[in-house]
Amino acid sequence: MTALLEIRNLRAEIGGREILDGLDLTVAAGEVHAIMGPNGAGKSTLSYVLAGKPGYTITGGEIWFKGEDLTAMAADERAAKGLFLAFQYPLEIPGVATLTFLRAALNAQRRQRGEPELSSPDLLKRVREIAKTLNIDAEMLRRPLNVGFSGGEKKRNETLQMALLEPALCVLDETDSGLDIDALKVVANGVNQLRAPDRGMIVITHYQRLLDHIVPDVVHVLASGRIVETGGKDLALQLEARGYAQYQSEAA
Amino acid sequence: MAAVQETVDQVRRIESDQYKYGFVTDIESEKAPKGLSEEIVRFISAKKDEPDWMLNWRLEAYKRWLTMTPPGWARVAHPEIDFQDLHYYAAPKKKPALASLDEVDPEILKTYEKLGIPLREQEILAGVARPEGERRIAVDAVFDSVSVATTFRKELEAAGVIFMPISEAIRAYPDLIRAYLGSVVPISDNYYATLNSAVFSDGSFVFVPEGVRCPMELSTYFRINERNTGQFERTLIIAEKGAYVSYLEGCTAPQRDENQLHAAVVELVALDDAEIKYSTVQNWYPGNADGVGGIYNFVTKRGDCRGRNAKISWTQVETGSAITWKYPSCILRGENSSGEFYSIAISNGHQQVDSGTKMIHLGKNTSSRIISKGIAAGVSQNTYRGLVSAHRKAVGARNFTACDSLLIGDRCGAHTVPYIEAKTPSAVFEHEATTSKISEDVLFYCVQRGLSQEEAVGLVVNGFVKEVLQHLPMEFAVEAQKLISISLEGSVG
Repeated sequence: MTALLEIRNLRAEIGGREILDGLDLTVAAGEVHAIMGPNGAGKSTLSYVLAGKPGYTITGGEIWFKGEDLTAMAADERAAKGLFLAFQYPLEIPGVATLTFLRAALNAQRRQRGEPELSSPDLLKRVREIAKTLNIDAEMLRRPLNVGFSGGEKKRNETLQMALLEPALCVLDETDSGLDIDALKVVANGVNQLRAPDRGMIVITHYQRLLDHIVPDVVHVLASGRIVETGGKDLALQLEARGYAQYQSEAA
Repeated sequence: MAAVQETVDQVRRIESDQYKYGFVTDIESEKAPKGLSEEIVRFISAKKDEPDWMLNWRLEAYKRWLTMTPPGWARVAHPEIDFQDLHYYAAPKKKPALASLDEVDPEILKTYEKLGIPLREQEILAGVARPEGERRIAVDAVFDSVSVATTFRKELEAAGVIFMPISEAIRAYPDLIRAYLGSVVPISDNYYATLNSAVFSDGSFVFVPEGVRCPMELSTYFRINERNTGQFERTLIIAEKGAYVSYLEGCTAPQRDENQLHAAVVELVALDDAEIKYSTVQNWYPGNADGVGGIYNFVTKRGDCRGRNAKISWTQVETGSAITWKYPSCILRGENSSGEFYSIAISNGHQQVDSGTKMIHLGKNTSSRIISKGIAAGVSQNTYRGLVSAHRKAVGARNFTACDSLLIGDRCGAHTVPYIEAKTPSAVFEHEATTSKISEDVLFYCVQRGLSQEEAVGLVVNGFVKEVLQHLPMEFAVEAQKLISISLEGSVG
């Protein structure tokens, strides 16, 4: 049984600056892993490297996703294979209705996988079902994607996309940023409903508070481009109490 | 950087192979000898069997043209055009006057079929491959210098609408033509309009009488086929009191190495309470990847809101031509009249676009609205040039202008040149302009959701132009959306 995601000794840089420096991480299907760490540790870089963002160069190591070499796949191929990144700052696309975007994304993935496109009525039905659980109304689906959305609306929209696309691996980058506690609960609830035996999650966050709502199976500390400590959910609480200072001095 | 780079490379590869209308129809044609002279003007007039007054009108234009020089103010560069190296008349052999579609050369019918333009009324009437509820469209097809077929004429006649080639209208309705031809774009207007006045060969004539709402969309399809041939069509649309008409033109040309000249004149006249909606989907051959060939599109389009509450609306989707020089304008003469200009201008490869509008407010409480969306890719240059002016009597004139430009890659240019003149203190003119680069992060966001790079660009661009697309007749909005994607993507539709 191969792991859903296996990262070995990963090194990556952007603009000639090395950010990831020998990172190891294994995520099995059904598990939720939290990655915590100080600013500049490489948390967002990890998510971008996994998703295949242009500009990031892998200089060493391996990434295996569902038993295949992830680094050999184009970014859209990774998405179609089931890798989803919930953005810390979701992008706005003026003039493109949210529903139009959802249809374009889902059908692009289905085409890549050789599956038939979903008909508009079927899609609408599916979207409405999910939207209901996230307090997303029909009006929001008609609005241009993320344009003028509040922080909470943007994150709920990310969760909606995640639920619709049914990825095998969800990477949530600082999903709690910009959310008040009520919005956080709605989003966390949406994420929790997606926990499944055949799905893995990586939850990247600064703060413990998100992990009160999305309870992880494993917690990692990422500092200076590598995982420096791994533990159970209690580790997050300890980190909250003592901060990241020890890892930063260690690395330096 | 990388994703945009990919798009740029993509865009660079596609220019020549993506133009799917580049074929040539093999048909015998009758051409005037190359060059322009009084003799040629007389030849064209004689070919059309024109009355003397028409010939004299042409000759006056020709004499004036000889004294003029081409305008140099547009932001376009091209070698000097040798006006003696062109044919000013080309027509498919056989007769120009056709009694029915069965007499149209089957080769020409095939050409239009290939272009997706239905000319056979029976098929249209039978609703072949047309979704339910879709409106029918009457088509006038202009092949090189002559109109080869006009559909639905009988039905339109019953409604009192005249829709026919202008060459026929000159003979059939001389009073209307004499009253209106040149009344919006005078023969002395500008170099290319004057040239057109001397040598125009065909085009469409539309007359919608008082109180009539034209029962269907009217459409003209222009096709340049012959080598070294200029196309100089002339369109005249008159909407009498309370009349309404929606008109669409489409254009394509074969892929050729030399540049071809297209210098059209379009005149619109709207009387009291009349409305004219004029839409263009322009897809002339843009030239190849190295900028060789392509159409020089030097066009004068102007509408005159001559009556109270008259309304003229221009919508254009410009994707083709090596050079576009075009400013569909409105003269807002009647009190309360209004003008609109909605434009999408896409330039790719080596294309040069200098396009925009003129809103000339003369009457009281006139209003105008300009929404322009320019998209530049490749090494193209895309300029919006617009004039909004208010005469001192244009009390209460209002204008709103929004010009947005989107750049794809870092070798193209977008420019906005607005001229605003108000001679009455009561005029309220608003102008907004933005220029942005297609965002790398937005593209990555789309790609992370599974869209290919091309699909992502298509989605973002279609979002960018949506406001304008909405103003096209529904049937053409879908077509235009596809055309936009094709112009910017590698995927050949």
